[in-house]
Amino acid sequence: MASPLFEFLLRQGDNTLVLGHRLSEWCGHAPVLEEDIALANTALDLIGQTQLWLALAGEVEGAGRSADDLAYRRDVWDFRCLLLLEQPNGDFGQTLMRQYLFDAFQVENLAALACSSDARVAAVAAKSAMEARYHLDRSRETVIARGDGTAESHGRMQAALDLLWPFAGEMFQSDAVDQALAQAGVAPDPGTLRAAWDREVTETLEAAMLARPSGDFAHRGGKTGARHSEHLGHMLATMQFLPRAYPDAQW
Amino acid sequence: MYAQMVKSDVGQDDPARLAAFQARIDAGEKIEPKDWMPEGYRKTLIRQIGQHAHSEIVGQLPEGNWITRAPSLERKAILLAKVQDEAGHGRYLYCAAETLGVSRDALTEMLIDGRMKYSSIFNYPTLTWADMGAVGWLVDGAAIMNQVPLQRTSFGPYARAMIRVCKEESFHQRQGFDIMMKMAKGTAAQKKMAQDALNRFWFPSLMMFGPSDKDSVHSAQSMAWKIKMNTNDELRQKFVDQTVPQAAYLGLTVPDDTIAWNAAKGGYDFAEPDWSEFFDVLKGNGPCNSERIAARRKAWEDGAWVRAGMLAHAEKKKARKMAAE
Repeated sequence: MASPLFEFLLRQGDNTLVLGHRLSEWCGHAPVLEEDIALANTALDLIGQTQLWLALAGEVEGAGRSADDLAYRRDVWDFRCLLLLEQPNGDFGQTLMRQYLFDAFQVENLAALACSSDARVAAVAAKSAMEARYHLDRSRETVIARGDGTAESHGRMQAALDLLWPFAGEMFQSDAVDQALAQAGVAPDPGTLRAAWDREVTETLEAAMLARPSGDFAHRGGKTGARHSEHLGHMLATMQFLPRAYPDAQW
Repeated sequence: MYAQMVKSDVGQDDPARLAAFQARIDAGEKIEPKDWMPEGYRKTLIRQIGQHAHSEIVGQLPEGNWITRAPSLERKAILLAKVQDEAGHGRYLYCAAETLGVSRDALTEMLIDGRMKYSSIFNYPTLTWADMGAVGWLVDGAAIMNQVPLQRTSFGPYARAMIRVCKEESFHQRQGFDIMMKMAKGTAAQKKMAQDALNRFWFPSLMMFGPSDKDSVHSAQSMAWKIKMNTNDELRQKFVDQTVPQAAYLGLTVPDDTIAWNAAKGGYDFAEPDWSEFFDVLKGNGPCNSERIAARRKAWEDGAWVRAGMLAHAEKKKARKMAAE
């Protein structure tokens, strides 16, 4: 079995890779020019973070794989991203709701990781944390403005929340990898981040006039790689096309 | 050159005011939005800046086509940043046009319903990764030829927008050339892609400057107003003279057998593009016209609720604030 630290780093890097890729799909197609620019900014931050997380993963693995090797030469079952993040963009409301639910988690996650006992993890987290706080400010504002906008924008934001809610719980599920890292002081047990996330989300949904879904059912299988959604394979087929089709080429 | 075949308007203005206006331009003064200007100058500029802005926005699409397939994390970030810059250029230009009394929304609607144009070049498809190199190298290269002199154009907001745009465009062109170099010096398949991209983009790039306008009344008026700084032929020649040696450096062949150095004129002789193809593209019959407009229409229509939601929330916030005071 791969080392828990390697698994953990893949989870971090795959989350930012997959979400960054999804956001980059919007480029040139957003509802307002300013949103087009902002979505690209967020995607750029996430791709930059991916380079750091996956480079560190390759270093920890010690098998000579670069960040690009990990991003472009693994198949679905080796990906460790949350199911939430591989969900298709849907409409703008879905994209921003997905972003908000994750940002609210990621700000807490990175704040804890910035105090990691592993200095390399702490350094990447500290750099990413500033960006994540900015992403959260933006996505929170968007959720509130559209939730509290017109009847149509409210309806669309509520539908997005209802659709994505069952994918939120996976962020807080803990397994043997998480427990090993928590014991070593490398990373928080994700379950411990839930209370702060709940506070943030409750407050925002209230301001956005959105009803928090009642169920607590949570899909699982993304972060462990046990069962991804069908969407991830299509994303990888697109993303990995060139390195797969021309394995000897340098770009 | 992102503005093509812009017609100039000559209005019914008072001759004395017109002469004073022309004197300011001849003296190299900048015209600012609050200054008096002939109606024709205003209308022509709206058309030109609007077309330029639309070209930046529609121009996001052919390169955006490869963002999700960029072959490395670094290439993906560079391409995404580049296409994002184009959105930014569109934004500066729409702002410059707004100072002339036309809203961004009105301009967008005119783009979507076909009343306004964008550069013919963005109606060509991007088929391989080498096209990301060719677009940067050739298309941005051709755009720079036109935009560098426009930094000195008479209308202040346009000139200032061009200064910002040019800084970024020259960076884009270098990035494009860098991709071409990697491809041209890469595997046999990569080299083939690079040559194929040059073959497909050469003549459409020459068309970007528009047909010869040395006898055009519109161009003469625009040049007198300093909203057009050079003739189309001058810029095209400059572009060819710059690009032919670069192609040789890359080990690629420009798809024109007639190219030859002409010592007498100090430039290359070259074949004219097929202008009937150019006019077909302008009429809407380019390979991608309908897809490009459909993509812009979809973004606009699908985004209507987002924009309306934003406005409604801002109104509610204002009302709540007033009620609390």
